[in-house]
Amino acid sequence: MTDLQRNSIGSKKSHLSQQSAHARGNAAEPALLIRPSFIVRLGFCITRVARALASIVVTIIGLLLVTFMIGRVIPVDPVLAVVGDQASPESYAAARAEMGLDQPLLVQVVMYFGKLGRGDLGTSTLTRRPIVEDIALYFPATLELATLATIFGIILGIPAGVYSAARRGRLPDHVIRIISLFGYSMPTFWLGMIGLLVLYAKLGWIAGPGRIDILYDGMVPTVTRLLLVDSLLAGNFRAFASACAHIALPSAILGYFSMAYIARMTRSFMIDQLTQDHIVAARAKGLSEGRVIWRHALGNAAVPLVTVVALSYGSLLEGSVLTETVFAWPGLGLYLTNALLSADMNAVLGATIVIGLVFLGLNLVTDAIYSWIDPRAK
Amino acid sequence: MKIARDASHASGAPSSRGQAKLARFSLFWRLLSQNLMAMVGLGVVILLAVVALLGPVLSPHDPYAQDLAVRLMPPNMSYWFGTDELGRDIFSRVLHGARITLSIVVLVAVIAAPFGLILGCVSGYRGGWFDLAIMRITDIFLAFPRLILALAFVAALGPGIENAVIAIALTSWPVYARVARAETLLVRSANYVSAARLQGASSWRVIRRYVIPMCVNSMVVRVTLDMAGIILTAAGLGFLGLGAKPPSPEWGAMIANGRQYLFDQWWLATMPGLAILFVSLGFNLLGDGLRDAFDPRG
Repeated sequence: MTDLQRNSIGSKKSHLSQQSAHARGNAAEPALLIRPSFIVRLGFCITRVARALASIVVTIIGLLLVTFMIGRVIPVDPVLAVVGDQASPESYAAARAEMGLDQPLLVQVVMYFGKLGRGDLGTSTLTRRPIVEDIALYFPATLELATLATIFGIILGIPAGVYSAARRGRLPDHVIRIISLFGYSMPTFWLGMIGLLVLYAKLGWIAGPGRIDILYDGMVPTVTRLLLVDSLLAGNFRAFASACAHIALPSAILGYFSMAYIARMTRSFMIDQLTQDHIVAARAKGLSEGRVIWRHALGNAAVPLVTVVALSYGSLLEGSVLTETVFAWPGLGLYLTNALLSADMNAVLGATIVIGLVFLGLNLVTDAIYSWIDPRAK
Repeated sequence: MKIARDASHASGAPSSRGQAKLARFSLFWRLLSQNLMAMVGLGVVILLAVVALLGPVLSPHDPYAQDLAVRLMPPNMSYWFGTDELGRDIFSRVLHGARITLSIVVLVAVIAAPFGLILGCVSGYRGGWFDLAIMRITDIFLAFPRLILALAFVAALGPGIENAVIAIALTSWPVYARVARAETLLVRSANYVSAARLQGASSWRVIRRYVIPMCVNSMVVRVTLDMAGIILTAAGLGFLGLGAKPPSPEWGAMIANGRQYLFDQWWLATMPGLAILFVSLGFNLLGDGLRDAFDPRG
C-alpha cells in the first residue's frame, strides 16, 4: 500500500515537473502560487467528471427502469408479490391503488420516478420501517466488512502480483498464480462455512457468527455505526477486541477473494510494463532491480490498478451477500437475502437500487482519480 | 523434428479451406497441449461431461433413496462421501448434481453467448445511434453487481432452476456484447471487409460471414472463463434457496442443507463444496489456457 502510494505520488511529481517545465518554456517566469499545470489538470479532471456524470445520469435512469421492470412488469401479479398471498381483499385493493397499477404504464413509471426522487423507496413489509431507514441501519456493517477486506486485498495482492511478474515462469510465480486461481474459483460462502468449522468450532481461535459478542451488544454508543470505530471512540477496548474477533474471518475470506483478483491483474499489468522500452532504459542506466520494478514499472501500472481496486471493492458488496448470510453479519447483503426469502419486494428493489448506485458512484470516483494521476487520460 | 513440422505448417498456401482450418487447429492444439494447467482444466471439464452423461450408471446408490438406518454416516467404504440426514448417499448425489450444474452452464452459454455476440457485432458494425443505445443498455446491466441482479430477477420470476438460468443469462450477455463489439471495431475497417462490401455484400452478410467468425475466438475464451462465474452464481442462488428445489441434488442447495449439521457432520456441506471448487477450477484453468493459445502475446 505504502509503496503504491509512494509510487503514484512519485509519478505524479515527475509528471508535474515535466508539465510545468513545458508551460514555463525556457524563459524564467515569476513563481506562481498555483502552477499552470495544476489548472490544466484540474480542467481535464472536471471535464472528465462532467462527461462521466452526464453518462451516469442516463445509466441511473436505466437502472431505475430495470428495477421498475423487475418489480412491476415481470411478476405475474406484482400486488401479490408485495402483500403476499395471505392478504385480505381490502389490503390487496389498497396496495393495488397505492402502487398505481390501475394507471397506464407510462404514468406508473412517472409516479415511480417521482417517489424515488423524493427519496421514498417504500416501506418494508418485513420490518415495517421505511426502506431508506433500514438501509441506513444495515449499510455500515457491509461497508466495514468490504473496506477491511479491500485493505487485505491491496496489502497482499499488489506485492504478490509484482513479485509474481518479476519472477515470471519460476516457482514463486506458479505458487502465487495457483493461490489466486483458488481464490476466484472458490465459492466464498462455502469457504466461510469451512472456516467457521475449523477456526471457530474446532480450534476456537476466532469468534462465531455476528458482529460482536452478545455481552457488548448495544453497549457501544452509536456514532458512525462502524463498530470498530465506535468502540475505539468510546475507549471500550474489550468491545473492540470482540468486534475484531468477529470480523476477522469474514473479512479475511472476502479479502482472499479480493487479493486473488488484484494479484492476477497486477501481475498482468506488470508483465506488460516490464517489456516496455523505459524499463530497458532504466536497467541500462544501472538502476537497481528493486527500483526498476517498484518505482518505474509499478508506478506506471498504478493507473489501471486504481480501476481494479475500485472494481474489486464494488464486487465485495456483491460477494458479501452470501458471506453475510453465512456469518449472520447484519449488513445489506443479509437484509437483501431476508427480504428475498420473505418476498419483501420493496426491500429487494430498494437494496438493489442502493447497491447499483454505490457501484456507479465508485465508477465515478475511479474516473476522477484516474484522470488525476494520469495526465494522458483526457 | 519440431522445427521441420513447424515448417510444413508454414510452407506454401493451403490448397483448400478445409486444409487451412485443419492447419490452424493443429497449431492451436499444439499450443494448448503444451500448457499443462490447461490440459488439467480440460480433463476436469471432460470428467464433468462424462459424469453428467453417465451419472446414473456410475453412482453406487440411488441419490433419492432414503435409508434412516444409515443416516449421517461419516465417509466409509460403502458410502464414500458419507450420508445425509435422510440416509441418502452423498457421493451419488454429487454425481447427479453434475448433470444439473452442466445443464445450467450449457443453457446459460447457449442463450447468452450468441445473443451477446450478434448484438455486439451488429452494434459495432453499424455504429451510430444503434451502437450508442446498445452500449448504454449494457452499461445499465453492468452497473448492477451480477449476483444482485440475478437475485432480483429470481425474486420477481419466482424461485426454480429454469428461472435461475434465465436470470443468470440476463446478467451475462452484456459482457459478451462488449467483447464482440470491441473485436468488431478492429475488423470493421479491414481491407477484406471493404472488398466484400465493394462486391455488393449486404451488411448482414458481411456481419455473418466476415465479422462474426473473427469474434468467435475471443467469445469462446470469454465464455469458458465465465463458466466458473456462472457455476458460482448458480450455486449461490441454490444456497439461498432460490435455485433448484430441495430434493434435487444441486450442489449449492446441498451445501445449504448441510449447514445445519456443519459442526457435527462436516461432510454434508464439505463434499458438494469441493465439487463446486473442482469444476470451477477446471473451467478457469481451461479458460486461461485457451486465452494463451488464441493470443500467445497475452
